[in-house]
Amino acid sequence: MNPAAPSGRDRVLAQIRQSLRRAAQDEQAVAPLAGAGPRPAFSGDVVERFVDKMREKAASVERLASLADVGAAVARYVAAVPAGPALRVSRALAGIDWPSTLTVQRGAAVREDETSVTPCFAAVAESGGIVTLSGADTPSTLNFVPDTHIVVVHASQVVAHFEDLWAQWRATGQPMPRTVNIISGPSRTADIEQTIQLGAHGPRRLHILLVAS
Amino acid sequence: MHAPTTTFAARVAVAIHDQRLQAALDRASGGFVAKRAALVDALPEFEALRERARTVKEHVLSNLDGYLLRYEAEVVRQGGHVHWAATDAEARQIILDICKAAGAKTVTKGKSMVSEEIGLNDALEAAGYQVVETDLGEYIIQLAKEPPSHIIVPAVHKTRAQVADLFEEHHRPLGYTRHLTEVSEMVNEARQVLRGHYFKADVGITGGNFLVAETGSSVIVTNEGNGDLTQTLARVHIVTTGIERVVPTLDDVTTFLRLLARSATGQETETYTTFSTGPRRVNAEQSGEHSGEHSSEHGSEHSDVDGPQEYHVVLVDNGRSKMLGGAFREMLRCIRCGACLNHCPVYTSIGGHAYGWVYPGPMGSVLTPLINGIDNAYDLPNACTLNGRCQTVCPVKIPLPGLLRELRRQQFETGLTPWPIRTALQAWAWVAQRPALYHALMRIGIPLLSLVGRKQGVLHALPLAGGWTDTRDLPAPQGGTFQQAWKAQNGARS
Repeated sequence: MNPAAPSGRDRVLAQIRQSLRRAAQDEQAVAPLAGAGPRPAFSGDVVERFVDKMREKAASVERLASLADVGAAVARYVAAVPAGPALRVSRALAGIDWPSTLTVQRGAAVREDETSVTPCFAAVAESGGIVTLSGADTPSTLNFVPDTHIVVVHASQVVAHFEDLWAQWRATGQPMPRTVNIISGPSRTADIEQTIQLGAHGPRRLHILLVAS
Repeated sequence: MHAPTTTFAARVAVAIHDQRLQAALDRASGGFVAKRAALVDALPEFEALRERARTVKEHVLSNLDGYLLRYEAEVVRQGGHVHWAATDAEARQIILDICKAAGAKTVTKGKSMVSEEIGLNDALEAAGYQVVETDLGEYIIQLAKEPPSHIIVPAVHKTRAQVADLFEEHHRPLGYTRHLTEVSEMVNEARQVLRGHYFKADVGITGGNFLVAETGSSVIVTNEGNGDLTQTLARVHIVTTGIERVVPTLDDVTTFLRLLARSATGQETETYTTFSTGPRRVNAEQSGEHSGEHSSEHGSEHSDVDGPQEYHVVLVDNGRSKMLGGAFREMLRCIRCGACLNHCPVYTSIGGHAYGWVYPGPMGSVLTPLINGIDNAYDLPNACTLNGRCQTVCPVKIPLPGLLRELRRQQFETGLTPWPIRTALQAWAWVAQRPALYHALMRIGIPLLSLVGRKQGVLHALPLAGGWTDTRDLPAPQGGTFQQAWKAQNGARS
């Protein structure tokens, strides 16, 4: 390409400005629009709403009294699937006593993994979803590669609306992680004759362990 | 390469007589319309969301250069790359260059209508790359070597028997020899085959439903999770999207997400909503001495263990920046939900392939002439009854019938309209602008038609209107003109 020719960037920006019939505007000049979109109103408890919405979307939810119950609950669930005893667990999920019948591996998921266990950053009640942020201790492959994804959600993590989620993230002062996943149920497809089928490419099962404390 | 080889009329004739296609269209559109309606009824805020979405899009369009620059700066700050493509050819070249620099052999792709628009698969395959579509619908039509027939459900026209045949043909060499009959078996087999590709892929390409200027993120929504496996397991993640997809903030994108799934598939939300920002994070202070005591989801001192090593966004213009300045600016609000297709009596009768290019239905009938040239798609703006359902359901309130009417007007002005129609329209306009003459002709014509059709109540044929009466009857007028009836009841509604 001729090095003197204007770049694609210059040509696109020039045509935008010509169409808008004004001079260049840089990123400093734009200010988000005032006001906000409406939030879907709902009544009742946010945690109950979250549970109902997740179940509507074919996730299963089990309530636990404390984090100490997670190990046994995972063992029961894995046995019932049935799946092997090997788990891929986020390093961020600390302080859990795993029963000796289970083996725990850390790191990114591999194709052979059957079950993963992850924490979440938050959960959203309005339409039902768990939110994970990728990081060294929370690899995002755990959300997609294994057949079964088990998520530990603390009741205190459930927020009403997505705007609450963003406010909470901004309050951390952290830059955006590589990946933010909002997950509302197991993987599904309706691409063949509009027949809904779970387990298209991602997990066949999404199981939520809702810890009360 | 944009101009279809057959005429619109020929393609419509094929579609109308394809019974499998007709059955598939009935099933799909009926389901989507009912599910959407139920969810809209259940959300009192829906109208306010539409209005807010319209306002945000208009605000972005008025400040498009500023928002794109803001977005670009954030992507770069997070270690990603932004490429600007003025044309489809430039977009293809940019992506080929990225693949070459990455030393890639295999490319997986999540669903991206922009990649269809720029003809990406053909270009990649011509350059020797193995390209695998990972959205189940896109995968099916890739095996069938067909373009998508719907922007949300690309294989909507395929029956399960056709899918079974395609899988048998293409999966047999991989060791899958059973002839399948159940949808669950087909989904499962595709899952196994595609898993092999995700882990092998060098480059993963996805679309971008939204770009967030605040954070430099690209957003995709899927139900299958294929977009996530595509972008997370490949070494290089490329996002192909249009320049009009930028929105200011995370809160703004929330407004659009509330509208998108409800309008598209009649779901409250898609299963997976994913925000991607830059490549995997590599922390220079990586020490390797982590103790496993990290209880927070973020803020760790060491590097990501998965995710792509490179992140590229290709911003495709391809006529959009020109559209911004003219009568079709409002089309740039489109979020590609497909509601206008599902509610269009023409689309639901002829399916997507009849439209001849990648964007079908009302949105396609506007976009195709604007992107490929108004002289390249004469029939599309005219294949519309102007019933207005598309505008009623559009989540960003695009006045689609008005835009189609404007395209017809431009066709007329530029002489594209065929002379018999031109002449008839000119004659009609001449008469219609002279009320006395018009009413006089009506007072003669209406009783005449009434007399001719009195016996059967319908007219089977009419001079100069054979195209209309060949396939249906014209109900015979009851007697007087509308003006006479109006006068008789003193302008009161009966």
